[in-house]
Amino acid sequence: MRFNTTNVTLLSLAGAAAVIGFGLLFTFERLPVQTVQGGFRGTSMGRVDNPRTAVVMAAANQAPEAPEAADATGERAREVYENVPVLGHLSVEQFGRIMNVMTQWLYPGEGDAVGCNGCHVAGNFASDDKYQKHVARRMIQMTMALNSEWTPHTAQTGVTCWTCHRGQSVPANVWHEAPRSTGPNFLTGPGEQNRPNLAAGLSDLPLDPFTPYLMGAQEIRMQGANQHPRPESRQSIQQTEWTYSLMMHMSTSLGVNCTFCHNSRAFANWEESPPQRALAWQGIRMVRDINNTYIESLRERFPANRLGPLGDTLKANCTTCHQGVNKPMYGAPMIRDYPELLPAPAAQRAEVAGPRIQ
Amino acid sequence: MAEYQYLFTRIQVRGPLYPGVPLPAEDEPRSKPFGFSHLAGKLGDAQIGPMYLGTYGVLSLMLGFIAFEIIGLNMLASVNWNPVLFVRDLFWLSLDPPLPQHGLRLMMPMHEGGWWLLAGACLTASLLLWCARTYARAKSLGLGTHTTWAFMGAIWLFLVLGFIRPIMMGSWSEAVPFGIFSHLDWTAAFSIRYGNLFYNPFHALSIVFLYGSVLIFAMHGATILAVGRFGGEREVEHTIDRGTAAERAGLFWRWTMGFNATYESIHRWAWWFAILTPVTGGIGILLTGTLVDNWYLWAMDRGFVASYPPYDTVNPYLQGAPR
Repeated sequence: MRFNTTNVTLLSLAGAAAVIGFGLLFTFERLPVQTVQGGFRGTSMGRVDNPRTAVVMAAANQAPEAPEAADATGERAREVYENVPVLGHLSVEQFGRIMNVMTQWLYPGEGDAVGCNGCHVAGNFASDDKYQKHVARRMIQMTMALNSEWTPHTAQTGVTCWTCHRGQSVPANVWHEAPRSTGPNFLTGPGEQNRPNLAAGLSDLPLDPFTPYLMGAQEIRMQGANQHPRPESRQSIQQTEWTYSLMMHMSTSLGVNCTFCHNSRAFANWEESPPQRALAWQGIRMVRDINNTYIESLRERFPANRLGPLGDTLKANCTTCHQGVNKPMYGAPMIRDYPELLPAPAAQRAEVAGPRIQ
Repeated sequence: MAEYQYLFTRIQVRGPLYPGVPLPAEDEPRSKPFGFSHLAGKLGDAQIGPMYLGTYGVLSLMLGFIAFEIIGLNMLASVNWNPVLFVRDLFWLSLDPPLPQHGLRLMMPMHEGGWWLLAGACLTASLLLWCARTYARAKSLGLGTHTTWAFMGAIWLFLVLGFIRPIMMGSWSEAVPFGIFSHLDWTAAFSIRYGNLFYNPFHALSIVFLYGSVLIFAMHGATILAVGRFGGEREVEHTIDRGTAAERAGLFWRWTMGFNATYESIHRWAWWFAILTPVTGGIGILLTGTLVDNWYLWAMDRGFVASYPPYDTVNPYLQGAPR
């Protein structure tokens, strides 16, 4: 039979275009993509950025403008107001200032359940009847601890309520434990992995890397520490996938790739790891402290609609603060503008110590 | 358009349907040829059939089907029998190997790995039967058994991954899941857990043979198509009676690189490169976790890791966290 050369050529080109198009559809990021060299030359430790998405991220991660600083002298808040155990050491002006910004950060607007009324009983600000006030008090204690004890992670940048809340009473990025599989016991039910994992870059890895690592303190390291197997070196592939999931979560949260913290040729080796890895290590411990010491201690205070289906609190992970940026709000040093959220100087702390407030 | 740029076979030769050489008396009868297909003729021979299934073929297909069904139904159950989710999440779904706490046990709850074990057993049996079938069919036609040996190379890697190495490690959980993304995640996790497979010399050899296979395949395909106008596709005749196609092809490579394969040797090269890909890969997998726990440290010790200036990052385990 005769072949029409043009048709065959067109058919071939169309086939090739379809294959390439299908591949591009699922893998291609629209240009421009810029790579910034990270590690030593040849290690391929580049940071990949796309100016198009960077603009969107920058707009979504701005710190609000700080109001004028308050006079730190004059009467103390505890001398004027009742029931101010954690902020009583501030001047009245400072106290008013931080209360004001907190309403903007958490309950913006005016109404029965927003503004001051988000946490306070209208007309009786000293009352402890709203659970939100207990939560806010505990969270202020947490913020103070993060700005003082946890400087290995928060450095001089510090954190404020805004770092997580961003104008919402419940931060946008929180997690809770998910009910375990209730599917059929004979066939494989909906398990702990093998579904698109939003928290870990759409991977197939375990869905909840938070409970074991950011609530519990399970071992994250799983690489063999010696060249030959030792009896103690029995970390399974499954355990590796849990760690992998946590790492993918960190990568997704911070908008960076593996080589931001690791030289991927030797993940475990500290000498080959950029200093950011040590910061992240502290961050993991910090989130554990946030979840255990602060958020979970409020479990009894929260109403049912503020708890997960298993009755645990809505807890923090890396995304809660970072929201896609390696430094929250691109490192805006918020604590410099809000000295009210630093702990009371030691001399004054003794006066307000009393029983530990939960 | 130059004729060598066609994607498809240009010439379809149509003789009478050919049932093939007579079979030995002990063989089962094979089917009749089914007919001609013009589309099949674009890719290969236009004649479809005859097909010989035989005992091995039937058993192999049955066991393969059982494995396929076990995997598919478990995937479907894992999305609560929701067909929409099944299609949407198909690449994510997986039938995972037994949990680590089950070790090498054969009896365990079906949903904690029993199904994986059963599917793996059926799939292994299916592959081995298919392999036996290629051997029997080759013998019946009076061929060499090269296809069988090549297939056994692939089965070797398959068995190392899912059977031999898990047994040596004492845990089925070391084996590979059945799933698209899950087996890719397994591959990445496996490399990371054992300190970077990049430094495993057998892994490196396997890649050499893999890329080498690609190179040889491309060189060979290009050479034969390029001498097509001189009858170069009649490789068998040219092996023993070199014509102008073989002479020109050989001369081309001698001009280019001073040395050429022959119409015989190129196929030996290709066969060995292809087979050695899974064979060396399987050795590399087998050594991982059994003899070597961290390939990076192993390679450091043997001095073939490139050295870069270290960071001054302090191991935080030495100082601890504030709380």
